[in-house]
Amino acid sequence: MLEVSGITQIFGGVTALEDVSFTVAKGAITGVIGPNGAGKTTLFNIVTGIYTQTAGRVFLKGSDVSGLPPEKLARLGMVRTFQNIELFGGMTVLENVMVGLHTRSSSGLLACSLRMPWSRLEEKKIRAGALKWLEFTGITDLADVTAGNLPFGKGRLLEIARALAVEPEIILMDEPAAGLNSHETSDLARLIQRIRDLGITVVLVEHDMELVMDICDRIVVLNLGRKLAEGTPREIQENHEVIAAYLGDDT
Amino acid sequence: MLKFLAFAGMILLAPLYFKGGYLMNVLVFVGIHTMLAIGLNLLLGYAGQISLGHAGFFGLGAYLSGVLTATYGWNPWLAMPLAALMVGALAFAIGFPILKLKGHYLAMATLGMGIIIYIVFNETVELTGGPSGLSGIPNLAVGSLTFDSDVKNYYLIWSFTLVTILLTLNLANSRVGRALRAVHDSEVAARVMGVNARLLKVQIFALSALISSIAGSLYAHTMTFVSPASFGFNFSVELLTMVVIGGLGSIYGSFLGAALLTLLPEFLRAAQDYDIIIYGGLLMLMVMFMPGGLVRGVPDLFRKLLKKGGANHA
Amino acid sequence: MQFDQLLQYTLSGLSTGAIYALIGIGFSIIYNATGIINFAQGEFVMLGGMLTLFFLEALKLPLWAAIPCAVAASTVAGLLFERLAIRPLRQPTPINLVIITIGGSILIRGLSMLLWGKDTHAIPPFSGDDPIAIGGATILPQHLWILAITVIIVAANRFYFYHTISGKAMRACAYNRRAAGLVGIDVRRMVLFSFIISSAMGSIAGIIVAPLTMTAYDVGVMLGLKGFCAAIIGGMSSGLATVVGGLLLGVLESLGAGLISSGYKDAIAFIILLLILFIRPQGLFGKAESERV
Repeated sequence: MLEVSGITQIFGGVTALEDVSFTVAKGAITGVIGPNGAGKTTLFNIVTGIYTQTAGRVFLKGSDVSGLPPEKLARLGMVRTFQNIELFGGMTVLENVMVGLHTRSSSGLLACSLRMPWSRLEEKKIRAGALKWLEFTGITDLADVTAGNLPFGKGRLLEIARALAVEPEIILMDEPAAGLNSHETSDLARLIQRIRDLGITVVLVEHDMELVMDICDRIVVLNLGRKLAEGTPREIQENHEVIAAYLGDDT
Repeated sequence: MLKFLAFAGMILLAPLYFKGGYLMNVLVFVGIHTMLAIGLNLLLGYAGQISLGHAGFFGLGAYLSGVLTATYGWNPWLAMPLAALMVGALAFAIGFPILKLKGHYLAMATLGMGIIIYIVFNETVELTGGPSGLSGIPNLAVGSLTFDSDVKNYYLIWSFTLVTILLTLNLANSRVGRALRAVHDSEVAARVMGVNARLLKVQIFALSALISSIAGSLYAHTMTFVSPASFGFNFSVELLTMVVIGGLGSIYGSFLGAALLTLLPEFLRAAQDYDIIIYGGLLMLMVMFMPGGLVRGVPDLFRKLLKKGGANHA
Repeated sequence: MQFDQLLQYTLSGLSTGAIYALIGIGFSIIYNATGIINFAQGEFVMLGGMLTLFFLEALKLPLWAAIPCAVAASTVAGLLFERLAIRPLRQPTPINLVIITIGGSILIRGLSMLLWGKDTHAIPPFSGDDPIAIGGATILPQHLWILAITVIIVAANRFYFYHTISGKAMRACAYNRRAAGLVGIDVRRMVLFSFIISSAMGSIAGIIVAPLTMTAYDVGVMLGLKGFCAAIIGGMSSGLATVVGGLLLGVLESLGAGLISSGYKDAIAFIILLLILFIRPQGLFGKAESERV
């Protein structure tokens, strides 16, 4: 589904990532973990087209998508969420999700201004689609609330609903459990599994080790900008290098 | 839709109340200014991109229409759409480099663009008549009906303005309008959702210039005379004031702002030269105390007052 | 093309350019300390000239006393502007800041018109107006005053930023406002300082240029915009790059007006502005910023 090959990123002389390669299997939940400063978020930003990497390539469904902007990647079926949720704060929850269906609709400036019959029909479909994802994430009752006024946990759900509305084949989540309490985190774990059950490939960067070990099919460990290990949760837990990286080099 | 019909009814019946007279002429300007404010609001209020050069697009529409009809004898109904398309295309072309800039830099760049256009109006004397202006621009006419009186012009201008309001309301509540507001709130998230933010901003810049150009053509054909002084930096600021006072991202707000700023100087005739101070003061006060504009600020104020009143009674 | 003519244009361009440089540095200082482009910057230039006139004519002060009084008064205006308009802003988004500084500039301009009328006035040159011959060209003593005062101010500025505690704190703010706050620098005070310094510099620019170009309530708009062009060419530096930017702009404008058309003189500055913003937004001498977003 997704292949990252030889990614290197240098910021003004500082090497944030060095020759990182791994592949993500279709329909699996893959976790990217590592201590602070390991380069996880940078990697995400490169894969999702927000940064342009110094070297290396990214392949999506076998085709080279290196350097494509996020809006093109969305049309190719890749979408992401943000660590510090990026909602459209001035719009309602429903409208937020409706933006997610942007690529599933096509009415332009003229058709929208004139409210052509087909754009009205499309509008109905957009609304219905958005409502479906609100229901999937369990925030239907918040549909008319202004997104900027949502509590953090609900905002996180909205962001996921909005990303799902793009109907992606792969979704990348940047620390989805950050800022959630333990109850919200276990709900999130179930939600992520339900997303996988829809056939959507999931990649997450996460600090919450319990969550990662619990739901991930495969794990990639980064440390200091390099890939340290890759394997099933069990293999990772038993990997001495990983344990050393987390606990410090002395052990 | 009901709101729009009520609004349109009010506008169409207004002349009965004012029975011609001087104020009709002012209301013609309210119509033109409403179109301009809406055009700018699409860009500033919805897409969140500032322009301090919109008087330039307004002027281009006016001059293109004026020169094509007065000098080259074109039919105004042909000149107007051609002018609009040319101005829209120009804005589309400028839009790509200029909208790469953000915030203060965008403000300065659009300002520079407006001033360059203004200088061109002044300096291309053979074409525009230079600082002394261009006269002899024909009125618009349909068959034997020539729009040459205040009341006729009122209906002419306001039919265009109402259509503009209707179309932009539609746009605001559509897929494109949502995408615009999304870009405004978080450009990166909008792009992740598949919105081509750059193209969308440029498109809306062009649309907003096109609306300004049509307003300019209408201005030229109702005034029958244009001169560069109407299209300078001060007018761009006046437009900005209308949009901010009315309310960013509200179409009816643009009407409110345009009406207020057009009518105010008429009531302050005595303070003629000093209306500019009032603009400046209003602009600052609004940003400081009512950043949502009149359409949001006034209802909020009422709500607060009611709450206070309620609390006192209890 | 005569060499003498070219020299003449260049010399007069240099002195206007020095004015642009001073105004441009004022822009940069505020921008670096706060991230604000102060659209009212030009009005302090205007205030310098008009206040000097006021002290000269209404209060009958001699020129040597009127000038410092005018600078002081403009500086107070700058301070009040920051206190009353910028600081209380509840939502300091770039668009709100643009709007409020534009509102402020209109207000200052309007009040000046109310106080002093719409006429253009002249300020006497600092030391006579006998032309001085340089090669085949001539310049006025005021041109020399402008160049000399600019050099002094730029030098003083450099001293302030590199050799005083408060100047260094200001530079720290320019690099990273949050970090500066964390190490105990009073960022709000630095913001206030930046407005004070730049309104003082703007008013000085307005005073030294007034004997050459006359002054009126509305001269601030164009001078301010040209100053901004200078700052953009210089990559918003508050040092030499903006000085070079101003001089370059002044000379190009003067040559363009003389050789091409005087009507398009003002357009030259804005075409340069747009070109720089489109092609090299980091300024003529700046390095491209690294890719990090």
